[in-house]
Amino acid sequence: MGEEVKLFQTWSSPFSLRIAMALKLKGIPYDSVPEDLSNKSSLLLEYNPVYKKIPVLLHNNKPISESLVILEYVDEMWKQNPLLPQDPYERANARFWAKFNDDSLMPSMWTVLRSKSEPREAALVEVMKNLMVIEGELGGKKFFGGEKVGFLDIVMGWLAYLIDAFEEIFPGLNLIDPERFPLLSTWMKEFYNMPTIKELWPAQDMLVSSFKAHHRIEQKTE
Amino acid sequence: MEEAVILLNWWASPFGTRVKIALSEKGVEYENREEDLFHNKSPLLLKSNPIHKSIPVLIHNDKPVCESLVILQYIDETWCNKSPLMPCDPYERARARFWADFADKKLYSKGRAVWEGKAEDMETAKKELMETLKLLEGELGEKQYFGGERFGYADVAVVPFYSWFYSLEKFGELSIVEECPKLVEWGKRCMLRPSVCGALPPQDKVYNLMLELKGLNQQH
Repeated sequence: MGEEVKLFQTWSSPFSLRIAMALKLKGIPYDSVPEDLSNKSSLLLEYNPVYKKIPVLLHNNKPISESLVILEYVDEMWKQNPLLPQDPYERANARFWAKFNDDSLMPSMWTVLRSKSEPREAALVEVMKNLMVIEGELGGKKFFGGEKVGFLDIVMGWLAYLIDAFEEIFPGLNLIDPERFPLLSTWMKEFYNMPTIKELWPAQDMLVSSFKAHHRIEQKTE
Repeated sequence: MEEAVILLNWWASPFGTRVKIALSEKGVEYENREEDLFHNKSPLLLKSNPIHKSIPVLIHNDKPVCESLVILQYIDETWCNKSPLMPCDPYERARARFWADFADKKLYSKGRAVWEGKAEDMETAKKELMETLKLLEGELGEKQYFGGERFGYADVAVVPFYSWFYSLEKFGELSIVEECPKLVEWGKRCMLRPSVCGALPPQDKVYNLMLELKGLNQQH
């Protein structure tokens, strides 16, 4: 019997991209179901009634929501190319940093992008502090997962494709300076160029124009 | 080999309570150290959790684990031969993780908005809290526990907030038992377990603490 795997996603969301990466790394075929977040499908609302958000993974008609929950599910269902390490302490470490990324690093980044010029400086200090901590966690490793890509690389993967877009949208905004963040800069290039997932990255020009269009709309309503 | 297990905690924290319940379910002996979070965090806490400087922190053979749900999974995976907290089936495990995460994302903040919030925001805070509790009531359904027949991970994650119910009802002037009778029954059922009643602070002690914290906030 074939396994039916569907991923409700958008073309640009870093959260749904995580799941696409995990499925690709494990060689799991799936159907992509694109969602228009301004007009959510009735299926999405049925499968994720609590948050009404993407990503949702549908596996044999059973829905799973919340990207970190989905990642762990994918890792447990399909054991090839494991994402999380075996050792409980190392697993705890990966989970801790994933939560740090979602609860601290990403929100601090969105604050920078949404701020007007003066509050942006303060918000940037917070981002730099968070990035320094991540640089420390990467240490001398090739990937967060060690020699091979793992759970935390996928969770942090948004850095590899969104930082360049943000720096283009806000000229003069220097988020990840290779001199200040040599390890993170190297990791970003390595991860971005990985053959297995390279085709998944959204095009930078589309990201930039989409963000700018949205930003202009926000400015009009002020 | 002797295992040294230390828990850096604060009696009123629902997050610390989760860890106490889990350690008790597994029969793990540990040393509980109360932190003075407001005035004087211990050097061990600052060293073990330099990022957040918060409790709970589990220190197992000198290695610290932070973030309560991360700690719960660590406990379940390390002491895996007794009283498993997570179900076996991957889909059920995903559901357990989802609802534990829901408690983090929604229950804590919506509860806090009711007991800590200003009078003018109370109507909204009450409405959002009841919506949150009703979602939990719906998920529980006719089951004995969130995990089904067996007390498990999602129950451990949610039940510490049962000690807030009395306070939420007083501050919010609401009745949780009227709107979410199954949830209240579930709370009482969990309290029959020594691990839970041994870990949860008494409801009136929590209420008095919240009064104190509200008083302090209003002074500023």
